[in-house]
Amino acid sequence: MDKKKKKLIKGNDAVAMAAIEAGCRYYFGYPITPQSEIPEYLSRAFPKLGGVFLQAESEVASINMLLGAGSAGVKVMTSSSGPGISLMQEGISYMAGSEVPGVIVNVQRSGPGLGGISPSQGDYFQATRGGGHGDYRTPALAPASVQEMWDHTILAFDLSQRYRTPVIVLADAMLGQMKEAVDTSAPEFPPLPGKDWITTGAEGRDPRVVKSLYLGEGELEAHCWKLHKKFLEIKDKETRFERYKLDDAELVVVAFGSPARISKTSIDRARSEGKKVGLLRPITICPFPEDAIAELADAGKTFLVTELSTGQLLEDVRMSAGRKAKINFYGRPNGAGSLPTPDDIYHEIMEAYPG
Amino acid sequence: MSETALKLKNPRPESLCDVPTHFCPGCNHGIIHRLVAEAIDHFGIRERTVGAASVGCSVFLYNYIKTDVVEAPHGRAPAVATGLRRALPDKYVFTYQGDGDLAAIGTAEIIHAANRGEKMTVVFVNNTTYGMTGGQMAPTTLLGQVTTTSPYGRDWHGAGYPMRMCEILAVMEGPSFVARAAVNKPANLKRARKLIFQAFEAQVERDGFGFVEVLSACPTDWGMTPARAMERVAEEMIPYFPLGVFKDKKEAEHL
Repeated sequence: MDKKKKKLIKGNDAVAMAAIEAGCRYYFGYPITPQSEIPEYLSRAFPKLGGVFLQAESEVASINMLLGAGSAGVKVMTSSSGPGISLMQEGISYMAGSEVPGVIVNVQRSGPGLGGISPSQGDYFQATRGGGHGDYRTPALAPASVQEMWDHTILAFDLSQRYRTPVIVLADAMLGQMKEAVDTSAPEFPPLPGKDWITTGAEGRDPRVVKSLYLGEGELEAHCWKLHKKFLEIKDKETRFERYKLDDAELVVVAFGSPARISKTSIDRARSEGKKVGLLRPITICPFPEDAIAELADAGKTFLVTELSTGQLLEDVRMSAGRKAKINFYGRPNGAGSLPTPDDIYHEIMEAYPG
Repeated sequence: MSETALKLKNPRPESLCDVPTHFCPGCNHGIIHRLVAEAIDHFGIRERTVGAASVGCSVFLYNYIKTDVVEAPHGRAPAVATGLRRALPDKYVFTYQGDGDLAAIGTAEIIHAANRGEKMTVVFVNNTTYGMTGGQMAPTTLLGQVTTTSPYGRDWHGAGYPMRMCEILAVMEGPSFVARAAVNKPANLKRARKLIFQAFEAQVERDGFGFVEVLSACPTDWGMTPARAMERVAEEMIPYFPLGVFKDKKEAEHL
């Protein structure tokens, strides 16, 4: 690692800095805990970079500003948390339907309703099932460290531009609020496709329309299949996951985000006592690494799913592993004081360990 | 161009597509579309303009106006236009919204775009009803007006009063130009043309927020003949929604 590129950064600031690194100069958002450092950082940085920071009147407005600016072809981002992300679902659906790129960062807090401001993963379904109305999915990345807050934000811009889709970065309050050393190198990506669809004024060409309304017979069905085909391409090329000490593991912990990180400490402790335990960590929670889970299930492994909810990731694991798989669950939904400790997960590992 | 079109004193504007519209007989959207196209031609900005279409009868804006267009969710056109205009500082944007879109579901977006003085032109078509969905009560429905969701007539007890958007926006510091027009008779149409031009001028010449409301007839949902609907605009709408210029800030006075 280039030492000059290594910096001690707060998770939320890492998202803001990574957006700048990725070439984003347009941010529209609305304050909400625990992600407000992102708009605060960009409100300081963008004026000096010739960018646009706009504090919108609501999350409903911010996401539609993304729709507008994204249609003009620029890299654009918003960030929020639970309640704000709910308000954005209408616009995310329009962006998906109109194939407009944009990055939406959700630093999850706990819900439902006003809930609380502590780390949660209760927005998993929302992030992985499209979230808004209609038949679509959006890629969703799940960072598990401040390093990945940086990496995934940069990756989200690339995926978003490459596949003309909104991309969700599903973080949580713990990742947003903690500081870690981050390698701020920028990865290289292959060239992006041309932007022959953007609405920048019909100078010397026919007018273009960015839209999601299809009323002609068969038009919308064809459009939905086209979006689905694109999603399958993303699934084929972009599904990412981490395998940690899995090679000889008899018990497979499945976790994403903060609990995945906590689990590693628990796994190391169980390993030191001779237990063959490993971690399968989805990095893209959508598309979900279902083949990786299925292979482990076929090999007869036992699973322990742990997450900050009453069981959402659990459903994807069940669907991928099949009904015969041995799946244990340790959920800690919501609320202050409900983040599991390495000891908590260690005890669950020992309980679930086969034999 | 057809022989008839060539003989016209006012030929079809370049920015208006030569296609039949989907609007009902007697609807004023077609006239207002033409006036918008004339304004775009007048300022020579067709190739540097992006429209934000709304939801309602006017959603097919892109079938008629020959500019780039982004289709916005219901009520959100001013937010979409804000994003477009901020990303395209050297271009122009306009929204074209109905009363349900702008004055009900999109109230926050229009108020705040106006308050920020976004460089945009807003064409607001007020026909006192939700046309596309079949004639329900709108925020601008007049007291006593019967609609499919105010079958006993709009009563301010419970349903509130018809909202006068020009008057609401004109008290704000942000907008440069706010006006209301009608197209129910030739004299008003001529005036409407001028006011729509001025709403574009506010953006193009003065980097400001230009807003023009146009009172429009909806014979289908009002259950009237086109001629009677035009009379209603004069008899019932104009007295409650007075025509004229409510704000015209020649310079950016707030600077």
